[in-house]
Amino acid sequence: MTDTTAHTDDHHAQPKGLARWIFTTNHKEIGTLYLVFSLAMFIVGGAMAMIIRAELFQPGLQLVNPEFFNQMTTMHALIMIFGAVMPAFVGLANWMVPMMIGAPDMALPRMNNWSFWILPFAFLILLSTLFMPSGAPASGWTLYPPLSLQGGNSFAFVIFAIHLMGISSIMGAINIIATILNMRAPGMTLLRMPLFVWTWLITAFLLIAVMPVLAGAVTMLLTDRFFDTSFFNAAGGGDPVMYQHIFWFFGHPEVYIMILPAFGIISEIIPTFSRKRLFGYTSMVYATASIAFLSFIVWAHHMFTVGMPLGASLFFMYATMVIAVPTGIKIFNWVSTMWRGSMTFETPMLFAIAFVILFTIGGLSGVMLAIVPADFQYHDTYFVVAHFHYVLVTGAVFAIMAAAYYWMPKWTGHMYDERLGKIHFWWSTISVNVLFFPQHYLGLAGMPRRIPDYSVQFAEFNLISSIGGFAFGLAQLLFVWIVIKCVRGGQKATAGVWEGARGLEWTVPSPAPLHTFDTPPQVDDTVSAHKDQLA
Amino acid sequence: MKRTNELIVGLAMVAVITVITWGVFAVGDNMPAGVTPYSREVYQLHMIVLGIVTVIGIFVFAAMFTSIYLHRKSRGAEAAKFNHSTKAEIIWTVIPILILVAMAIPATRVLIDMEDTSGAEMNIKVTGYQWLWQYEYLEDDISFYSALDRDSNAARQIGSGISPREVDNYLLEVDNRLVVPTDTKIRILLTSGDVIHSWWLPDLGWKRDAIPGMVNEAWTLIDEPGVYRGQCAELCGKDHGFMPVVVEAVSPEDYRAWVAEQTGGQETAAVDTAMDEMDREALMAHGEDIYEAHCAACHREDGSGMQPAFPALAGNAVVTGELSQHIDVVVNGRPGTAMAAFGQRLEARDIAAALTYTRNAFGNETGDLVQPADVVSMIDPRLDESIVSTDRPPN
Repeated sequence: MTDTTAHTDDHHAQPKGLARWIFTTNHKEIGTLYLVFSLAMFIVGGAMAMIIRAELFQPGLQLVNPEFFNQMTTMHALIMIFGAVMPAFVGLANWMVPMMIGAPDMALPRMNNWSFWILPFAFLILLSTLFMPSGAPASGWTLYPPLSLQGGNSFAFVIFAIHLMGISSIMGAINIIATILNMRAPGMTLLRMPLFVWTWLITAFLLIAVMPVLAGAVTMLLTDRFFDTSFFNAAGGGDPVMYQHIFWFFGHPEVYIMILPAFGIISEIIPTFSRKRLFGYTSMVYATASIAFLSFIVWAHHMFTVGMPLGASLFFMYATMVIAVPTGIKIFNWVSTMWRGSMTFETPMLFAIAFVILFTIGGLSGVMLAIVPADFQYHDTYFVVAHFHYVLVTGAVFAIMAAAYYWMPKWTGHMYDERLGKIHFWWSTISVNVLFFPQHYLGLAGMPRRIPDYSVQFAEFNLISSIGGFAFGLAQLLFVWIVIKCVRGGQKATAGVWEGARGLEWTVPSPAPLHTFDTPPQVDDTVSAHKDQLA
Repeated sequence: MKRTNELIVGLAMVAVITVITWGVFAVGDNMPAGVTPYSREVYQLHMIVLGIVTVIGIFVFAAMFTSIYLHRKSRGAEAAKFNHSTKAEIIWTVIPILILVAMAIPATRVLIDMEDTSGAEMNIKVTGYQWLWQYEYLEDDISFYSALDRDSNAARQIGSGISPREVDNYLLEVDNRLVVPTDTKIRILLTSGDVIHSWWLPDLGWKRDAIPGMVNEAWTLIDEPGVYRGQCAELCGKDHGFMPVVVEAVSPEDYRAWVAEQTGGQETAAVDTAMDEMDREALMAHGEDIYEAHCAACHREDGSGMQPAFPALAGNAVVTGELSQHIDVVVNGRPGTAMAAFGQRLEARDIAAALTYTRNAFGNETGDLVQPADVVSMIDPRLDESIVSTDRPPN
């Protein structure tokens, strides 16, 4: 292997322009492609969110009809989940995992290229359904039958697009596992790996386990819709609730696919800016693995109201509550890492701190949702919408923002504009709470989710929420500008970039050259980001 | 000195965050306590859990902000070297487990209570349709549909020019309320005729899905007379936001009077005239009512439809074409689309009237009069092929 990596590049002419990006097998270039794609989808999905919030700005229907509103909520979710959050994490993994473990590239570079380039086509297909006669999917991203089966022929395109996204994710996951298990530098033992690498390793296994389940579920929808099967059709002996079980067996691990890498990112950033090693590294690893395991046995907490037997409801309630324990360990470890550190508050650290606080709020409302009798009230209301936006926006997305600021100097060789970064942070953090916090009240007061219009008693908090939404949307355009500005120039970044940063990625120059660690480094506790506390 | 500092700042942070949290709760809405013994239990459970997570949050955030305030480089803080403490890690594993157990016990008790539908004094079957509810009183043999009221429906159209604020109970009023007696344990059976709906009344403390092919059950016992409002809670298509649930709870005596009013006299008349031929005027008048209640949501009041999912009926080839095909579509629906099989939910008389209306309204001028007998002749052969009963007994 060292033989091939030693003489890959210099002997071949580098393609220029578009061809460079289409044919690249370099993990850094593919990482960049993923991140740029993800940012583009974040803007597209965000535009849909703006339409949703504009319609909900006041009671009555003003802008869009209910069918289109349902298309917007469905597409917003599909694009944000599969187009923005997941590719962003894969992009970060592509860039950082090889550099963090001292590998020259990903294990399977050609597959890496392929797994990225499937995505733009998948999303072109998905987005094209907006312009088809029967419109985009409008049954929510969960595509529950029988409602989803009422859609027209565009439904086949949606399912094909989901299959493509699944194939891309599985290939990406295989690549990440192969890289981490086979290509670590000498001395980079499993329990010296950065937490970001650990969380991605576990996430990759989750992806391989559940993406095929989603593929199976939507394929059954496809045959029910177009080939007269009755998997989910009660009149033909099928069961619509079975779909929900299958979907959420995918869906709950999927939730953790979108948050575990975020835990990893935060576990890298907080020690750096606290100038102190991560507290409880080993328990962080075990907590992550426990969360991943538990994610497979809690799926039915998304469907307490379908009428399950008492025993099943109790089991899923208890199992769900147990997740609070490893998640709590993580929160406590981050706070302990900060405790008696020597903290500074650059933009990545600000986003990381906001993550810990706001993700905790989302986690605590998650504990409330686990309580079945109370969930009979919360379920399918704006309380749930508030909950999962706290964990996904101020959780996953804030972690991605933190990661972007943290590693951008390494990627571009320039420091981003710290002043603009701080403005972006404060603007985002204030507006996102104005956006989502009132939605807790709306849900408790009785507003169901996925409705285009509402009773006037909900008007005030919807108005506030919409104002927060527009402000948050605008703040992200500032982020786009900060990224562009940083790519184009700025203060030169040093190799270490941050005073307290540890780990292999900070030993290579900034910007990181196209090929790093052609000769594997020797790793010990002085170089590694974390200390194996069992050793 | 360091520890004293941390303690003082920590307590100050607890105080500040508590005040902020109190403010955040004070400006917001909360879950209603409701009007049943069960809903009050749910409300208490909600408040207990909310209290616990709030206290946890306050302490976690206070610790964080204490650290952020004291342990910053700009204050000259030097980083400590510790990165591990088995004792601390055991403590913050065990304490959350104890807290969770403390929450699980009352939650389990309330859930077991909810699942116990025994001893119900009456049964109401609720069937969800796109986008209205059917209520059937199993003992009193009353059945009717309950859809969004006309005022709300007019105001909610795009460009209606009617302000929602001028409509009483905008989107939370129906044409026919579900009237129930107070102080009576009522078992509610839920199912659906098309897609999944969810019947939710916050004041009862629960929602339950109405699923085609399944019968779910729940119960309630309302102890305060009044009108209680809720909505469908499961996305069920374009008018998901427009199928409210309104329950009017009255004293048992008033309920008996209401039942008598519903069934008295009318019952015999209904039986007598169900299959009678009707004249054009009667068919058109009844047909317009049926059309507005069951058809207009998709095909619009003026029959213009909403392309492409919901075809226009004005000038429609089926509606102005051969009658048998028209009856077939309305009675049996169009599988794979939102067009439901109305043979399963409407009387022959209603279908005949609606057919007559659509064939002679919106500029359609077939001149056809469709009688109940014509419709039955379409339904019956199908029934002989045995339409599969989709109702499963409750488990």
